[in-house]
Amino acid sequence: MTAQAAGLRCMFTYTLRRLAFAVPTVLVISLIVFLMLDMAPGDPTGSLPLTIPLEVREQIRAALGLGDPVLVRYFKWLHMMVIIEPSHMLANATGWNVAVEGPRILSWQTRSPVGDIIVQRIPQTLWVVGLGYLFGILIAVPIGVISAYKQYSWFDQTGTFVSMVGFSVPTFFTGVVFILIFSVWLGWFPSMYDTTHRVRDWDSFLFQVRQIAMPVAVLALFNASQISRFMRASMLDNLNQDYVRTARAKGMAEKTVLLVHVLRNSMIPVVTVIAIGIPTVFTGAIITEQIFRVNGLGDALIRAIYVSDWPMVQTITFIFAILIVLFNLIADVLYGILDPRIRYD
Amino acid sequence: MTDTTPVTAAEDVHDLRPPRNQWWDVWDQFKSHKGAMAGMFVFISILLFVFAGPWVWQVDPGLIDIRSRNQGSSWAHPMGTDQLGRDLLARMMYGGRISVAVGLTAMLLGLVLGTLIGVLAGYFKLMDGPLMRVTDLFLALPLLPLLLILVTLFRDPLEGAFGQAAGVFALIVVAIAVTSWMQTARIVRGDVLALKEREFVLAARSIGTPARRISTRHILPNVMSPIMVSATLGIASAIITESALSFLGLGFPPDFPTWGRILYDGRDWIEQYPARVVWPGVLISLTVLSVNYIGDGLRDALDPRIRGR
Repeated sequence: MTAQAAGLRCMFTYTLRRLAFAVPTVLVISLIVFLMLDMAPGDPTGSLPLTIPLEVREQIRAALGLGDPVLVRYFKWLHMMVIIEPSHMLANATGWNVAVEGPRILSWQTRSPVGDIIVQRIPQTLWVVGLGYLFGILIAVPIGVISAYKQYSWFDQTGTFVSMVGFSVPTFFTGVVFILIFSVWLGWFPSMYDTTHRVRDWDSFLFQVRQIAMPVAVLALFNASQISRFMRASMLDNLNQDYVRTARAKGMAEKTVLLVHVLRNSMIPVVTVIAIGIPTVFTGAIITEQIFRVNGLGDALIRAIYVSDWPMVQTITFIFAILIVLFNLIADVLYGILDPRIRYD
Repeated sequence: MTDTTPVTAAEDVHDLRPPRNQWWDVWDQFKSHKGAMAGMFVFISILLFVFAGPWVWQVDPGLIDIRSRNQGSSWAHPMGTDQLGRDLLARMMYGGRISVAVGLTAMLLGLVLGTLIGVLAGYFKLMDGPLMRVTDLFLALPLLPLLLILVTLFRDPLEGAFGQAAGVFALIVVAIAVTSWMQTARIVRGDVLALKEREFVLAARSIGTPARRISTRHILPNVMSPIMVSATLGIASAIITESALSFLGLGFPPDFPTWGRILYDGRDWIEQYPARVVWPGVLISLTVLSVNYIGDGLRDALDPRIRGR
């Protein structure tokens, strides 16, 4: 067997091992989420008119599946959660005929399936969070590299200070300050996100850019300050290594040493940090969505919590949990690919 | 040249004194970190403002004076008043008390929990597997949504049991602690695993020291450094979490003005009276920033590899 094939097989078993741990984690989390909200006070029949006779009310409860033992309800819920709802979401998104027949999870506030609401909410969150993260990375990497290369220079001093501030000031305050400066005083950007806005021509596109600028900037600043700290530390670790001295001794151009040798090695931990950070950004965006009134997933969660719409809360929390486990898995596998030493533990 | 002899003699005398406590070295190193010293100065000022301030500025933060509502800065109200005419300076002081108290207690509780789990997992092989699986599981939980759910679910029963203020306080502190102990547990476990193999632990065990005594007397003092660093980070994140909860309207009720709550209430008036969101925001940010700088300085000061230089 060639060395490459052996490496591949090793990588494969490594991935399988990680996967074998991820699935039970998701199951346990789903159980926790289910049980927590199952014990919650509040009853879907509580808001029905009192004139409904008691036996009819019992029938409604039975129809909603509230009379079964906890475990039965859990498995029914899990079946709806991981099979029926995703299949409908996929069918809605792509138009394929893959929707599985069966009862669906109904939101108590709108009486429509939660999957449909979530599919409507996801694009806004993805745009805001995704752009915020992307810009954050794009800002952070060069700053981290220059800061580390010119350690203790004025650039490094300012950079570390700004990233410390950006990382300490909570996003709900940066958001409010941005609204104050850019929409109240300067009037450049709208303070509220208009979600009914559709991009049709150049002008409406410009409006979209203007209304998405502030939430994206808030998230980008926060993410950039975190990632640039990692980037700087990782670069500093690598800059003093022997292989850097070797590369310089060979007479390589400083640019090649820095951007090819050091940067590639320093990116290994940073890439995993970026992968692990993605779900945190989703949950953190709950606050940003509240500030700018973006009707994304986080906004749906907060509204559902306000009105005790537990099926909705369960579903969104579970989606966040899956994102965390999934991106942890991706980060582990990425680390295994990028750094072969990790696989043999 | 003649001066050198007395100096060395003096140094010899100096060396004969009992050895300096290592915490003095840590303090010396900490003092040289400018950011950390500035952070400490700011943090102590904020503590004074919050805890000693109400003795100087004796205005009732809940006093409603509707005739002097929505005022700007004046000698009577240095930070102005809100829409009900309540004095903002007094509210900032009382609100800060709650915010800082939540931060400190939640940090302490999370620290105790994390250290306990870390030491147990590191020291007792049998518990290592299960406890670390639990830690991994907690790390995989979506914390902010869970916090929000915990607060909504248990607010009413706890308010009924302990009264409004104490109930919400206990709930928020416990909820933050339960969702923030994992990092401490992991770091402590790693350190304990390494320490356990050292000779001094073997020596302690060979003279029959019980496991409980070894862990409290020999292991715990040696993991103090990482615990202290995560303590400072814990205060910062607890204060941010509490204000975020209040900002989402799921923290303290309006009668208990925490900084996050004042910010949340001021958000509706941002166009007319921006000062009402700026003051609490600045105070939250300054507290967190100063604590983070203290943490940075502590990390450098407690790292023996850096301290020697």
